[in-house]
Amino acid sequence: MEENKKNISRRDFLKTSGVATGALIGGGLIGGLVGYNINKNDSPTNKIAGTDEHSTQTDQGWQFFRNYREFDIIANATERIYPEDDQGPGAIGLGVPYFIDSQLAGQYGSNSKEYMHGPFEVGAPTQGYQSRLTRAEIFRQGIEMLDAEATKRFDKGFSKIEGAQMDEILTAFQKDEIKMAGVTSTFFFRLLRTATLEGAYSDPMYKGNVNMDGWRMKGFPGHQMAYINEIENEKFQKIEPQSLGGMH
Amino acid sequence: MVTTLSKVDVVVVGLGWTGGIIAAECAKAGLKVVGLERGEERGTEDYLKIHDEYRYAVRYELMQNLSKETITIRNNRKMSALPMRQLGSFLLGEGLGGSGTHWNGHTWRFYPYDFQIKTMTDKKYGPNKLSKDYQLQDWGITYEELEPYFYTYEQTIGLSGEDKNPFLKRKDPFPTPPMKRTPILKKFEKATQDLGYSPFMLPSANLSESYKNPDGESINACQYCGFCERFGCEYGAKSSAEITVIPTAIKTGNFETRVRANVVEVIKSGNKVTGVRYINTLSGEEFIQPAEVVVLTSYVMNNAKLLMVSNIGEQYNPDTGRGTLGKNYCYQILPGATGFFDDQMNTFMGAGALGMTIDDFNADNFDHSDLDFIHGGSLSITQTGARPIESNPIQRDTPTWGAEFKKASIHNFTRTLSIGAQGASMPHKENYLALDGKYKDAYGIPLLQMTYNFTEQDRALHVYITEKATEIMKEMGAKTVESRTPITDYDIVNYQTTHNTGGTIMGASPENSVVNSYLQHWDAENLFVVGAGNFAHNGGYNPTGTVGALAYRSAEGIINYSKTGGSLV
Repeated sequence: MEENKKNISRRDFLKTSGVATGALIGGGLIGGLVGYNINKNDSPTNKIAGTDEHSTQTDQGWQFFRNYREFDIIANATERIYPEDDQGPGAIGLGVPYFIDSQLAGQYGSNSKEYMHGPFEVGAPTQGYQSRLTRAEIFRQGIEMLDAEATKRFDKGFSKIEGAQMDEILTAFQKDEIKMAGVTSTFFFRLLRTATLEGAYSDPMYKGNVNMDGWRMKGFPGHQMAYINEIENEKFQKIEPQSLGGMH
Repeated sequence: MVTTLSKVDVVVVGLGWTGGIIAAECAKAGLKVVGLERGEERGTEDYLKIHDEYRYAVRYELMQNLSKETITIRNNRKMSALPMRQLGSFLLGEGLGGSGTHWNGHTWRFYPYDFQIKTMTDKKYGPNKLSKDYQLQDWGITYEELEPYFYTYEQTIGLSGEDKNPFLKRKDPFPTPPMKRTPILKKFEKATQDLGYSPFMLPSANLSESYKNPDGESINACQYCGFCERFGCEYGAKSSAEITVIPTAIKTGNFETRVRANVVEVIKSGNKVTGVRYINTLSGEEFIQPAEVVVLTSYVMNNAKLLMVSNIGEQYNPDTGRGTLGKNYCYQILPGATGFFDDQMNTFMGAGALGMTIDDFNADNFDHSDLDFIHGGSLSITQTGARPIESNPIQRDTPTWGAEFKKASIHNFTRTLSIGAQGASMPHKENYLALDGKYKDAYGIPLLQMTYNFTEQDRALHVYITEKATEIMKEMGAKTVESRTPITDYDIVNYQTTHNTGGTIMGASPENSVVNSYLQHWDAENLFVVGAGNFAHNGGYNPTGTVGALAYRSAEGIINYSKTGGSLV
């Protein structure tokens, strides 16, 4: 039953993204597809991925990423962290790569609310963030390192390898097995994981959580004025989500 | 170039709960008050689009901008103290209303035991219950003395509650009835009753009904929208300074609010202070605001720092035990358990202080003769409104990312409940505040340095109370229960609680405290220092109720002082 559902949703995915079955191998081609479609500009909608019409996304331009290689690496990595499944879209379908792009270009990326004066020391884990690097600098380096590690291990760029191979590399980052400059790979992985969830579940005005599908999967109704009339109800309340932008 | 302004009766530094209370009471009594606040002006109209977890809860929109000022942190004196570069463990407030804008509204009275903890512990368990390294001391005030001021604060905020805590007899009724008993709370109520404990509704500053306080300020009825902690209330239904005491102060005509005014020094001359020096954060201009009375109401950290940079009082030295400024910094210990259930619940609905509590393991309400710690904590279930970015409950054996993570975190979002305690924190000689020798703020002034770690007392308390939380969660029918893991070293990374206390403690003698029981500085009679920094230890409750009571009592002291002068004790 479970397997059957999965197959249907895979078929839907293939149908909407307009790709032949043979082209879908692991997570790699999801991102490869991003570049492929948009680069060749031969897709009428420039769709990147998603489970249905609502969660597909068109090319929105970049504020931070410079090329498809960077963008695809983040798209693929976040999709491995938060994959599409029979419940609904993954990071790509939810627009998480665009969320991360705009966040890295703003306050978040430039650490404008953080104390960034030296001297910088490594510090103990209990002392938290002690890097001299901003989040934007950490991401840029992290993207390079993901690609370099893929090339080292599999002789292909990160976006060209199989999903399981991506997981192997992400796990190596998570376990601090990759040497990064000015920051640990564990720290970069944690930022990436957190940013993925932020993109999946923040208000759609931030470019992620497309169509509020992140909220819908989770049973979170988003912005609601009041629950005073429902909160004493013994039954679980399924409420159609609402975004701040939908507020009038 | 420093501009000296004309003298006022009272200058208040920081406009959160404490500054607002002092300003309102003094202005009502006819004193001319200026309130200096380094953040922005704000109020209910600014919270219209507040249901934004990312901006407010994750990116800390209402909190202190650390690029200008932070603290440094280390676990012990052997470590090098490093800046808290981003917010994490606790969330410092900034702007009108302070951290009282983004609080949850849990409002308690500390126990009689708290105020006389040294005397009562020694009497019952002997003088060596804890080692000499724990600097337990009485507060220089009793519960009975403070009781009327608790009630004044509760009336100001319209506190919603029920008088069913068997361990604390109240003389006065709660101003408004308790919040709604939701199905989630009822599960806790039944389980704790079946276990022989005494549950009662958590006293809430999100109000059960609309209310007009004795100053004539209106507070609206809570709508249970689920956005309290880290948010302001768009309904004006969560009591905070900007909808109560600040408008009360303004109405008198005796109060002026000056925002974007960052105080950098308290000016002392002989055994008095003459005013404060501040910087306009937009223009960079410096001003001196002379005043008959200076009141520091800028939270635990900044109150201590201003005294330190102004050389008022003697810095505490952990080697010699001499000095009182910076001593007895405490935090809060957070035992608890999480339960995973089969059925979906409305976990996303709620209010910051919607909860039920048992106090059977708080204070000295249970016998500690055979235990290797003192005190305890209030154990509560709260339904504050789960939000999707920061609430991804998974069991310990579930991967933290990937397909399994996604599935489990979505499944559990509406099927997980937690019971948590506000565990008391006892002062230790190695936990203290000082000035940092290396790092500076945007104005070139040293950062405050925190040296803090959990102690054996904390660890023992955590284990014991966690067992109780686990027992209750099992009784509530959770399919799987996970107890919180025992605490090791304190870390600044993960959010724990904004219940920092101590550093400018109150007491009966200048030998062991910074201020007297009116929060009047022992070394400068016209200087008052108000906040949870006055706590000689941290109790088993959220601190704001006790802070509010102390602020009302201090205001009375300031008004009396401005008539008579001299020491109030």
